[in-house]
Amino acid sequence: MAGVAGGTLLGRGARAEVVVADVPAPGYEIESGAELRVLRPAKFVAGDEELFLANSKKFTDQTGVAVRVDQESWQDLRPKTAVAANVGTGPDIVLAWNDDPHQYPEKILDLTDLADYLGKKYGGWAPLAETMGKGPDGNWICIPVGASGGKMVYRDSWMKEAGFSEFPKDTAGFLELAKALQGIGHPVGFTLGQAEGDANTFCHWMLWAHGASVVDENGKVTLDSPETRAALAYGTELYKTFIPGTLSWLDPSNNKAFLAGEVSVVANGISVYYAAKTSDDPALKEMAEDIGHAPMPIGPVGRPTETALTVSGMIFGHTKYPNAAKEYLRFMMEKEQYEPWQEASIGYWAHSLNAYDGNPVWTVDPKHTPYQKIMTESLPYGYKGPLGYASAGTLADYIVVTMVSSVVSGAASPDDAIAEATRRAERYYR
Amino acid sequence: MASAATVWDGRRPEQSWLSRKLDDRRVLAALFMLPVAALLFTFLSYPLGLGIWLGFTDTRIGRDGIWIGLENYIYLFEDSVFWLSVFNTIVYTVLATVLKFALGLWLALLLNHHLPFKSLIRAIVLLPWIVPTVLSAIAFWWIYDPQFSIISYVLKGMGIIDANIDFLGEPWNARLSLIAANVWRGIPFVAISLLAGLQTISPSLYEAAMIDGATAWERFVHVTVPMLMPILAVVLTFSVLFTFTDFQLVYAITRGGPNNATHLMATLAFQRAIPGGYLGEGAAIAVAMIPFLVASTIFSYVALARRKWQQGGRDD
Repeated sequence: MAGVAGGTLLGRGARAEVVVADVPAPGYEIESGAELRVLRPAKFVAGDEELFLANSKKFTDQTGVAVRVDQESWQDLRPKTAVAANVGTGPDIVLAWNDDPHQYPEKILDLTDLADYLGKKYGGWAPLAETMGKGPDGNWICIPVGASGGKMVYRDSWMKEAGFSEFPKDTAGFLELAKALQGIGHPVGFTLGQAEGDANTFCHWMLWAHGASVVDENGKVTLDSPETRAALAYGTELYKTFIPGTLSWLDPSNNKAFLAGEVSVVANGISVYYAAKTSDDPALKEMAEDIGHAPMPIGPVGRPTETALTVSGMIFGHTKYPNAAKEYLRFMMEKEQYEPWQEASIGYWAHSLNAYDGNPVWTVDPKHTPYQKIMTESLPYGYKGPLGYASAGTLADYIVVTMVSSVVSGAASPDDAIAEATRRAERYYR
Repeated sequence: MASAATVWDGRRPEQSWLSRKLDDRRVLAALFMLPVAALLFTFLSYPLGLGIWLGFTDTRIGRDGIWIGLENYIYLFEDSVFWLSVFNTIVYTVLATVLKFALGLWLALLLNHHLPFKSLIRAIVLLPWIVPTVLSAIAFWWIYDPQFSIISYVLKGMGIIDANIDFLGEPWNARLSLIAANVWRGIPFVAISLLAGLQTISPSLYEAAMIDGATAWERFVHVTVPMLMPILAVVLTFSVLFTFTDFQLVYAITRGGPNNATHLMATLAFQRAIPGGYLGEGAAIAVAMIPFLVASTIFSYVALARRKWQQGGRDD
């Protein structure tokens, strides 16, 4: 497990390093005249896009395969992917959202040989990557590229002003902190609008932290439970400490509010810190010094229940150049490309291969470190059930978000909201 | 004069079958209409037929469906979110259309007077309609932002309010905010169309009315309104259709939130069909819009385009 050695056995003071095993590459024979179209989510941090495009150009320079990279906003990526899958034309490769590859496993290529190669070379796959990458038959249907996880992003000075020396590790302590922060005029803010990333991250964390889940291991809807009611009761108390307006927040809203100094705590990727740290504005640079990152608090269930937005490279069966497409994915996951890409986005996309634990980006700034193990610690959105059409649809339909937001805002009683969410979820899980 | 060398024998030269057919006006008309018919079939009839078919199946994205009859419709009939979207769509359409027509007519009447820089003003009035919807939606998203709204900022500065207005977080605030954005976008279409109508009204009618002692209001009610009715019917029909099927504003500003309170039928159909993957159910929601659209079209034509009624007579 060379990669693990590179990542976890790093001694104090030693320089972090990505250690790779000597494994022969699969050697895909690129088709003559090959060209590729790649569809990926739009950037949330600038460095992500810059290095991704630079790496793609490097691939073209080395192989002669022209690569066109299209970017779609987060909300539009899923429809575009769906249309390509349905009509059998369009991009050859999609860096697809979450469980999208599991929606149409028969429309995409088997990538087991590539996944085996990468796993052996880079110290194995992180648990979330393994869950996301393997299809119903245990074969690899996609190559998990990375995940953006939500952590508690907070203003350290305000937390201390509120009387807390460190960020609470459990949900009860966090509620106390939120109340105290509201008391000193610096409320917290968590997204409750129809936001694909942040709202789903926050609401699923809260649900799972109390031991609830949309479905059990067999895909049976289990929302009508005391655990769900406990989660909603907690959310109702927590919501009282929110800044007004979070019911309409979309994905960029909490970033904007935090960077404007309107809120003290949000649940977000490292993008907030990235924006402050790389800003030319002295006030934002100063704010970056004051930003802290902490794991999402642990609830009564007693273990971490974070989740993460995963992107996975999948190759459509309709591609005319399957070998070129596989070679492209291999190339992008190799250390020479992946390491600088991850570094440029200061770890916005946490890695799927264990060896990248050793990427110096995680240790060069201690504020990056909490995001290092996203794909080791996070649960998939479809937890606890199987991934596929139902889990993807349930997420895209904002079933959990609507249940949470309607109860905490008083628009619906817990019983009504749970009944409605159950009815919708059962529509997908049937 | 000697006769010409060729002698007409009383018969026309023999025409080919194709020439004979092309001389037939009915054939020629059909031929000329064929491209349009092909376009209409490809881009209107086929998608419509496919949508109706999908509504009776359980098709998902990436997987063909099977015929399930009315199952999708039965599910929707008991779905509170669907009925909320129907309610929202009707409220959105009715309120936005009434406001667009009231303000649009007012604007048209103003623009019909001789104003300095008339052409420039008319061009400026069209701006909201010309700006791509998504751009204006993003502008409204900022205007309605719970933290950074310019409206809240100004009102707070004037001391009228203490806290920011939650434009999009409260269901009715959100609905009315979206209606306001739609009205802003839609007024130019109504105003310019009605202005065109106003300019076709002969000044002699007003002169005659004035000689009869009609007041300005009476001239408006008895001359302007009846003369505008034909174009009003057409503009109203189009406006209702545009508003009823609106998607972009809602999708860009609220995505149907908070708590589905601003979902229109179009946005709900999209959410369930494409991101949700359930093409069958999404198609059923879209098909459920058709009766409303047909009813509003019939209403516009039957109720507003009655010639006799427009001219002050009674209907047959």
